[in-house]
Amino acid sequence: MTIEPTGEAPETPLPVHHPRRSDIDPRAAKRAERQVGFLFLGSGLASIGFIVAFVATPIDESMYIPFFGDVNASNLLLGLLMGLSLFLIGAAAIHWAKKLMPDVEIVDQRKAEASTQEARDELLDSYVTGIDQTGVKRRPFILGSMFGALALVGLPAIVLLRDLGPLPGNVLRTTMWTSGMRILVAETNQPIRPEDLTVGTLISAVPEGLKEVMEEEGNLNELAKSAVMLIRMDPSEIVSDQTPPDAELPWTYQGILCFSKICTHVGCPLGLYEQLTHHMLCPCHQSTFDLANSGNVIFGPAARSLPQLAITVDDDGYLVAQEGFTEPVGPSFWERG
Amino acid sequence: MSTDKVNRLEEAGGVGYVWVDDRVPASGYLKKQFNKVFPDHWSFMLGEIALYSFILLLLSGTFLSLWFKPSMIEVIYDGSYAPLNGVHMSEAYASTLDISFDIRGGLLMRQIHHWGALFFVAAISVHLLRVFFTGAFRKPRETNWVIGVTLLTLALLEGFAGYSLPDDLLSGTGLRIAQGIMLSIPVVGTYLSFFIFGGEFPGTDFIPRLYTVHVLLVPGIILALITVHLMLVWFQKHTQFPGAGRTERNVVGYPLFPVYTAKAGGFFFVVFGITALMGGLFQINPIWMYGPYIPDQITAGSQPDWYIGWLEGGLRMMPNMEWVIPGGYTISMNVLFPSLILPGIIFTAMALYPWLEAWATGDRRPHHLLDRPRNAPTRTAIGAMSLAFYGLLWIEGGNDIIANTFDLNVFAVTWAMRVALFVVPPLVFVFTRRVCLALQRRDRDKLLHGYESGVIKRLPSGKYYEQHQPISDEEHAVIMARAAAPKPLPMPEKYDDKGVKQKWYAVKMTQAKLSHFFYGDQVPMPTAAEIEEARHHEAEITAERDDEIETSQAEALSPRQ
Repeated sequence: MTIEPTGEAPETPLPVHHPRRSDIDPRAAKRAERQVGFLFLGSGLASIGFIVAFVATPIDESMYIPFFGDVNASNLLLGLLMGLSLFLIGAAAIHWAKKLMPDVEIVDQRKAEASTQEARDELLDSYVTGIDQTGVKRRPFILGSMFGALALVGLPAIVLLRDLGPLPGNVLRTTMWTSGMRILVAETNQPIRPEDLTVGTLISAVPEGLKEVMEEEGNLNELAKSAVMLIRMDPSEIVSDQTPPDAELPWTYQGILCFSKICTHVGCPLGLYEQLTHHMLCPCHQSTFDLANSGNVIFGPAARSLPQLAITVDDDGYLVAQEGFTEPVGPSFWERG
Repeated sequence: MSTDKVNRLEEAGGVGYVWVDDRVPASGYLKKQFNKVFPDHWSFMLGEIALYSFILLLLSGTFLSLWFKPSMIEVIYDGSYAPLNGVHMSEAYASTLDISFDIRGGLLMRQIHHWGALFFVAAISVHLLRVFFTGAFRKPRETNWVIGVTLLTLALLEGFAGYSLPDDLLSGTGLRIAQGIMLSIPVVGTYLSFFIFGGEFPGTDFIPRLYTVHVLLVPGIILALITVHLMLVWFQKHTQFPGAGRTERNVVGYPLFPVYTAKAGGFFFVVFGITALMGGLFQINPIWMYGPYIPDQITAGSQPDWYIGWLEGGLRMMPNMEWVIPGGYTISMNVLFPSLILPGIIFTAMALYPWLEAWATGDRRPHHLLDRPRNAPTRTAIGAMSLAFYGLLWIEGGNDIIANTFDLNVFAVTWAMRVALFVVPPLVFVFTRRVCLALQRRDRDKLLHGYESGVIKRLPSGKYYEQHQPISDEEHAVIMARAAAPKPLPMPEKYDDKGVKQKWYAVKMTQAKLSHFFYGDQVPMPTAAEIEEARHHEAEITAERDDEIETSQAEALSPRQ
């Protein structure tokens, strides 16, 4: 199919060139020459200045600059001088090109887009001859075995990647929380009694022994999934919690609820609690959970309620977990179900 | 070998060059390249900015790598930044603090590197828009378009990787989100995440691995692709805007040597210089304020770098769809769709656009003259619509900041954006297309009646009129370039003359309709007869006016009775 243009643009001559001031007035040209020279000189001075500033400015000295406030003197001076030393070279070169080098546009012809049919035919002939010389057409076994080998040769490289990490197994479903484990205040790493929590407070908490587990494992993995928050509200304000109907004990203890701190959307720690409404907002993507109503999602991209940790008190009166989380915490994954 | 020539070059100081040229003869080739012509236009600098930023990133990044320790081993900080003394943190974060506070020029290099990265992605993006809106992606430059789209994708990835390396609270939160996204991939997501992180999140393997990706793998691929990108520009020669003396068969501009060398070489230093000034004057990513990454901590108002904003917006805007399918498997569409499926569709559509448009318009001619955006109204409208879509996602990425700043309800902002995402882009499409056609009409007017000179005259009769002036040859050539726009394809016949139904009738019909959609509404270019008639008309009016003036002057001169 050929395309019809709507018309044809007439060919026109190049526009007439107007000489610049520096083309006709030797004084203007001289002035441009001086300007270019001084720009280059300025760059040189800035480079030397950079070295001086590097040696002379203590790294921790701050200076006051209007509108900027207190800034690091070393960073400011080094940045300014390095910036100038580079920028002035550029400015000089461009000024030189614009004022003193020819500004007459020249015309170059484009070559044909495609190879000629002749060249293509010749290439095809060479290719066919070459293929003939390999003899693959008469010896199909070679070709077949070659493709087989090529198909397999990449596999070892892929297999080599196997030990990048362990298989997921069950670890996304479990945390270190178990029955009777004390709940520690994250800030102080101390256990807490119900009476220490006033109505309306929310604190971050971790399982007892988390520190040891993290030290032993040498990573932050356990913290990333077992972080919880304790919230105490007036029991009359609690609409519902996640206590199953067949549970021996309620999951909530005297108006104290314990929820996973990890957002069920993509795993950010939750952070913005609205005391009056008991809404918990994730600062990353604004998923909002109603902690007074089973941690259900009331807005945002998260789909699942916050997992609740069943709590009670131990013999010493400290808050403990009744059992571990009964569902995986954090973001969903394929096998989660 | 002619001894004369060797002597002349050697006398001119080219001893070293002659040594090379004796072994790798390059003189003939270089001579030709000296006169290679590059057309001049400000928008051709955008790609240059991207290129120079990349070189700057390689240099400043090498500097940073001399001190940065890509390790998640826990250390206790003991350095010049007093507020964090004694705090447990990863070696990566501690060494980034050292670069910022204990190494002279270290903070400057960090800030140059970060500003450079922001410019790099911005320059690529705006360059891509220029190429799109001027139709520079058309045959024979489709390959380079695809390379460009790939480079954009890699630049986003590279930027995010660099942002994640210091292991501060913000970057760690970004990684947590990335890991949550990986988990949402059906079937393999969990395994992928475990292999990439060496187990559970965050583990201790990831930052060293990411470091190799950031400093070797991705920059290596980017460098290779940039090389091919530039080679293709070189061999296919640069496109040019229409104008007097410019045709599809020539290229008009300045020679590589000396003018373009000085200009482009100078611009290289300008980009470096401005980035260095930014690094000195404007703080960027002050990681010491965020603190080390701790998985149960977060700050309100967390924001990624600007180029991740649209993906962030998608995640925030998406309704919470999560399904458990038979067999007990979970599909987290709330995560999967905005962060992987939608970007996948967008980048694929972008990469395929040259072929989609060529098919829709039937135009498979090679093009070296750029389109003015108004001359391809549907393409321009598609571009503007896509920009609106992108912009809305981007704005939603800061919905909390917007809600906070303007004292709005963050849920209301999100709902407004959800609606706007479907309503605004189509409106932008229609509006842009109309504006383009209106501009075409104005161009037609200029051809027929000249431009409005702004000179108002009064006739003796008291009548006012504005003098129109003929447009310049240059403007005439620019406007006339639209004559090369394709005509819409003819509608196919359903049956051929023997009454047999045409093969692929529906496909051909779709194509024809699309081509009408693209070029069916074009404002017709004035024909030679129309221009002649307009001139004639203009001459008549002028003659009438001259008559009136003459008569009145004659009256004024004649003795009063």
